[in-house]
Amino acid sequence: MSQPDFELVAGLEVHCQLATRTKLFCGCVNGASGAEANTAVCPVCTGQPGSLPVLNKAAVELAFKAALALDCGLAGTSVFARKNYFYPDLPKAYQISQYAEPLAKGGAVVFTAGGVAKKARLQRIHLEEDAGKLLHAIGSRELDCTLVDFNRCGSPLIEIVSEPDIFSGSEAHAFLAALKEILLYAGVSHCDMEKGELRCDANISVRRKGDAALGTKVEIKNLNSFKAVKEALDHEFSRQVGVIEAGGRIVQETRLWDVEKRRTELMRSKEDAHDYRYFPDPDLAPLVAEPRWVEAVKASLPELPAARRMRYTEAFGLSGYDAEVLTSDRALGDYFEGAAKGLAPEAVKTCVNLITTDLLGRLNAESLPVGRCPLAPGALGSLAGLIHKGTLSTKLAKEVFSKAWDTGKAPEALVAELGLAQVSDEGQVREWVKAACSANAQAVADLKSGNGRAIGALVGAVMKLSKGKANPLLVNRRARPTRCS
Amino acid sequence: MGISIDIVRKVARLARLTLTADEAALYQSQLGTVLDHMADLSSVDAAGLAGTLAAPVPADVLREDSPEPFEAREELLANAPEREGSYFKVRKVL
Repeated sequence: MSQPDFELVAGLEVHCQLATRTKLFCGCVNGASGAEANTAVCPVCTGQPGSLPVLNKAAVELAFKAALALDCGLAGTSVFARKNYFYPDLPKAYQISQYAEPLAKGGAVVFTAGGVAKKARLQRIHLEEDAGKLLHAIGSRELDCTLVDFNRCGSPLIEIVSEPDIFSGSEAHAFLAALKEILLYAGVSHCDMEKGELRCDANISVRRKGDAALGTKVEIKNLNSFKAVKEALDHEFSRQVGVIEAGGRIVQETRLWDVEKRRTELMRSKEDAHDYRYFPDPDLAPLVAEPRWVEAVKASLPELPAARRMRYTEAFGLSGYDAEVLTSDRALGDYFEGAAKGLAPEAVKTCVNLITTDLLGRLNAESLPVGRCPLAPGALGSLAGLIHKGTLSTKLAKEVFSKAWDTGKAPEALVAELGLAQVSDEGQVREWVKAACSANAQAVADLKSGNGRAIGALVGAVMKLSKGKANPLLVNRRARPTRCS
Repeated sequence: MGISIDIVRKVARLARLTLTADEAALYQSQLGTVLDHMADLSSVDAAGLAGTLAAPVPADVLREDSPEPFEAREELLANAPEREGSYFKVRKVL
């Protein structure tokens, strides 16, 4: 037996911080985890006796959005429950979560892995509050105590739990990328993994290929990037297969991914660690998803990436690849649509090329998000129009693009100002070709003797004479052997 | 119905309580009484009745998402058994 005889089976649990202004049960600012410690705290989120939670409406609506965007079935009523455990990051000694009656069940994430479309079903989505942050060291200095910051405590999260429908590290990566794309489109979360706004745990087991039953699962925590998820799954697969091949047995345990050492390590676990004694929170009434409310939330959902991709291929005739690139970021898709507005169908392709090469290249070079692009979508669209009409060559268009980016001037104005308009006047082009032929006798001779490639030298010479403004189509036609004498 | 002494000890451990033998015996009998009462309730035929946890709350009484910073944070920090700067300080847990 060896690795090829086994398959990995994984399910993911994704925690996603909702993009609300305030915490889940109090008016403290959400997202203050980078601020001075304990500046966004109040009696509710620090668990002071007598304080009571009041549910944030926007958090519920964002959770509804996530559930609707992921095709989940929303529960008519969901119930908040207390998950009891003692740890200094949890001042009440319980986390308010949902357990027996979650906000939503079912749903799926569709993703592409290895060129194949796959689908991982979802088990559930529930709302819960985040815990505080513990500090065990300051820089490299290990502390002899633990410091607690409750700025994050009580921040609204949704936990999205998948079914064990993921069969490799790359699939996990693709699943997360697709999920993140949807959550970003729907405005549910900012999904910044570096800020911990998207966190992932994985349940992993291996089984012999062909077996229907699942193997014993191991939970892996501390997966803070897509790369970590992929690597941890691949590593854990090899480790578990190794244990089984050596005649060992996989035990149910929790392991931590060590980013530095690139391996999982057993997490110290206490007896009864998973005895959370859930019970319905008497401080919070059941949450009712009134149909009218849900409908209003549904109506506020934007077009999601999959639908947008389909529309781009159908309505604009874009390739699957171009559609994929343009829809990978909602703002980029919006930009494209702004730029393509009013363009002739054939000019749209030119517009897409400008976006995927020039625009994305420049944004990348300057580390700018699309939202802060200095070139308005309309300006890019008119540049595409100028190329399409033959006013500008693709080459000169790059110059205009660059100038428009730097100066903010409209492309048409720049073309006039810089005298860059392409020259399509037959007489003028004939003059240039004549001059080029007499200066390149060898190329002319080569052409006449049947070496078609020699035309390149002539076209180059014309472009030089015309400072790049000669319409290349005309030049090519003019410089054909028979006309070159 | 009753409850075993092992379960009493387990519940105590989960609640971080240290019980003497006498206390454990006392709670065993008291918790047993509570469970007996629950058993009485369970014996009532409630088939066809939906469970009620609390009156459901309509959406319009939820909190609007506007920040209301708490001004007296010093009072919260003053409740800390120990502090370091603006952090709560506890025994080392890792």
